[in-house]
Amino acid sequence: MTTVALKPATMAQALTRGLRDAMAADPAVHVLGEDVGALGGVFRVTDGLVKEFGEDRCTDTPLAEAGILGTAVGMAMYGLRPVVEMQFDAFAYPAFEQLISHVARMRNRTRGRMPLPITVRVPYGGGIGGVEHHSDSSEAYYMATPGLHVVTPATVADAYGLLRASIASDDPVVFLEPKRLYWSKDAWNPEEPTDVEPIGRAVVRRPGRSATLITYGPSVPVCLEAAEAARAEGWDLEVVDLRSLVPFDDETVAASVRRTGRAVVVHESGSYGGPGGEIAARVTERCFHHLEAPVLRVAGFDLPYPPPMLERHHLPGVDRILDAVARLQWEAGN
Amino acid sequence: MTVMEQRGTYRPTPPPAWQPRTDPAPLLPDAVPYRVLGTDAAAQADPELMRRLYAQLVRGRRYNVQATALTKQGRLAVYPSSTGQEACEVAAALVLEERDWLFPSYRDTLAVVARGVDPVEALTLLRGDWHTGYDPYEHRVAPLCTPLATQLPHAVGLAHAARLRGDDVVALAMVGDGGTSEGDFHEALNFAAVWQAPVVFLVQNNGFAISVPLAKQTAAPSLAHKAVGYGMPGRLVDGNDAAAVHEVLADAVRRAREGGGPTLVEAVTYRIDAHTNADDATRYRGDAEVQTWREHDPIQLLERELTARGLLDEDARRSARDAAEAMAADLRARMNQDPVLDPMDLFSHVYAEPTPQLREQQALLRAELEAEQEGAH
Repeated sequence: MTTVALKPATMAQALTRGLRDAMAADPAVHVLGEDVGALGGVFRVTDGLVKEFGEDRCTDTPLAEAGILGTAVGMAMYGLRPVVEMQFDAFAYPAFEQLISHVARMRNRTRGRMPLPITVRVPYGGGIGGVEHHSDSSEAYYMATPGLHVVTPATVADAYGLLRASIASDDPVVFLEPKRLYWSKDAWNPEEPTDVEPIGRAVVRRPGRSATLITYGPSVPVCLEAAEAARAEGWDLEVVDLRSLVPFDDETVAASVRRTGRAVVVHESGSYGGPGGEIAARVTERCFHHLEAPVLRVAGFDLPYPPPMLERHHLPGVDRILDAVARLQWEAGN
Repeated sequence: MTVMEQRGTYRPTPPPAWQPRTDPAPLLPDAVPYRVLGTDAAAQADPELMRRLYAQLVRGRRYNVQATALTKQGRLAVYPSSTGQEACEVAAALVLEERDWLFPSYRDTLAVVARGVDPVEALTLLRGDWHTGYDPYEHRVAPLCTPLATQLPHAVGLAHAARLRGDDVVALAMVGDGGTSEGDFHEALNFAAVWQAPVVFLVQNNGFAISVPLAKQTAAPSLAHKAVGYGMPGRLVDGNDAAAVHEVLADAVRRAREGGGPTLVEAVTYRIDAHTNADDATRYRGDAEVQTWREHDPIQLLERELTARGLLDEDARRSARDAAEAMAADLRARMNQDPVLDPMDLFSHVYAEPTPQLREQQALLRAELEAEQEGAH
C-alpha cells in the first residue's frame, strides 16, 4: 500500500484515510450506509473506498437507518466489524431503538459472550448553514446510554487516531464528527506513529493559569480563539479538549481545574440536560475546595436547532465564552 | 385536421427510468393455508420426521404447562406461553442445520429449547437472574428478543455476513402478527430482498397482539402477501399442521441456502393461553373461539394422522409422554433451586473493560455489600 503524506490535510481526508487503513488492516471491517459507495458519502468521507474494496466491503444500503444499524448488529454477531455511516445527526434517530436496545447492551445481555464491535459515525453539530434537521448536537442522548463509548475529535490527527481506535474497539462506539470541522486543515503526517489514540483521554490543547475551558468537538477551536482573545483581558485560559465523552477523563479535567480554580464548560448542545450539567457536577464533586467560583456553562440555547440565518445567535461564540469567564468571581478570588 | 389525425405516428412511451417489473404472480401465497396432515400430501411426508415432530410437540406442550406452573409458584417472573403454537416452534428448530442461526422473539422459548438450548438456561430471562442465560454461539441461537421485530434485521445482517464469507448458513427469524406492524419488520424484509440474504421469516399469526386482533393490525389480504411488495415469495401455511409448517420452512431454507434469497412464511395459528400469566384474555375474546382452536390442536392433528397410518402405537405415545414428564421433572427440580447471584456481576459486562466511572460505582456497591455482610454477623 502506498502512503501519501497529506500535508496539510483536512479532517475529512484524515477520516477517509482512517477508514481505508482500517479496511486494509482487517478484512472484517465493512462500511455501510446511505450514499457511501459511488458518491463517497455526502461529506465524501468514504471517497474511493468502494473502488478499492468493492461493494461487499463498502455498501450503499437502502435508505433506512434502523435497518442499517440493525443489519450491522447481525453482521457483528457473525464476526464482522461494521462501520456505519449515519448521514446527519438528526437522521440517526430512526436507529435509536437498535442502538439503545441492542447495540449498547448486547454484551451485557449475553454476559460478555456477544460483544458488538460496531462504529457508528455521526456527522453532528451546526455552523454549516444547514436547514432543519441537519445541525443537531445529539451527544447527550448517546452519553445517557450505558454500553456505548462516545467519542468526538477536534483535530485532524485525532480524527484519524480516534477513528482507528473506535474501529478496533470491541465495544460499540458512537463516533461524532463535527461537521464544521470536516474542512478544517492541519499539518498532519499520517506516517508518524500517532496511529491510534486511545479512547477516554482528554488533552490540554492550550495550557493556562487563570481558568479552564472544558470543551469538545466543534467548540474546541472556538474556545482556543476565546483563549487568545482573553489575553487582552489579562486572562490566561487553559483549554481542555475532552475527545471522549464516554468514558470521561475525570483525571485530566480535575487536574486542570485544581490548577486554575475556575471552569467553564462549552458545548453546542443545549444547556438543560446537556453534557455540561454532568461535567460541572463531576468537576464540583472533585474540585470543590479548589474552586473560586461556580462552574459555569456556555451552551446552545434550549431550543430546537434554529434556522440557518439565526444559528449564529444560538451557537456559543467567543463573546459569550468571555462573558462567562468574566462572571467567574475574580474579585472574590483575588 | 382533428387532434387524432395530427398525432400521426406518435406513440406513448414509458417514462425513461421505467423498467419492466418482476412478475408478482410467482411470489403470491396460496389462497388457503397449505395443509399436509389429512391430505394426500401426507403420504409423501417422512414418517421418521413426523414421529420426531410428534415427540417434540408433546415435550413442548409439557414445557409450556410446566413453565406456566412455575410462574404461579413464583419461580418465573413471567411466561409468555406458546401453547397451541407448538407446531411452529418445533418445526422452526428442527428445520435448521447445526450451522444455521435461529432468531427468536420472546414467545419462542420452546423453539430455543427444541434447538438444543438447556431448558433452564432458556428461562433465565423470564426468571430474571440475567437477561440471556445461554451462550448464543453454542447452539447458534440469538438472545430471546423482547422489543418487537428488532431481531429481524439482525437475522438479515448475520445471513448477509455469512454469505459474504462464503458460508452456506441460513438464518430463520421468528416474529408474531403484531410485530409485522413494526418498522423493523419492513426494513428487515426490504434489506433481505435487496441483498438476497439467506433468511427465512416465520410469522406466527396467532390472532392477537396481546389483546388487539389481526383486523386492527393490518388491512393486507394476508400477512404472507406482504412478501410480494418486497419482491420475495410469501407462503401461507396452517401453523397447527406440524408436517406442513416443516415442509414449507424446509423449502424456504433450501431456497435460501441455494442462493434463492429470502422467503416470508405466515403460519396461521392461535394463542390458546393468555398473552402471559399476567394477562386476562376473557376481556377481549370469547370461549367459543378458543374452543374451535382447541379442536384444531397441533398435537391431535399429528397424532390422528400418525395413528391412522399405523405410525404411532401406544408404546410410542407413552414413550413421548414419559420423556416429556422426565424433562418437566428435571425442569421443576432445577428451577426450584435459587439461582446463585453475584451483584458484582452487574459491572462485569457493560464494556470490555469497566470505565473509570463504573469502577467507582463498583467500589460503592462492594462497600455496601461488605457493610451488609458485617451487619449480618
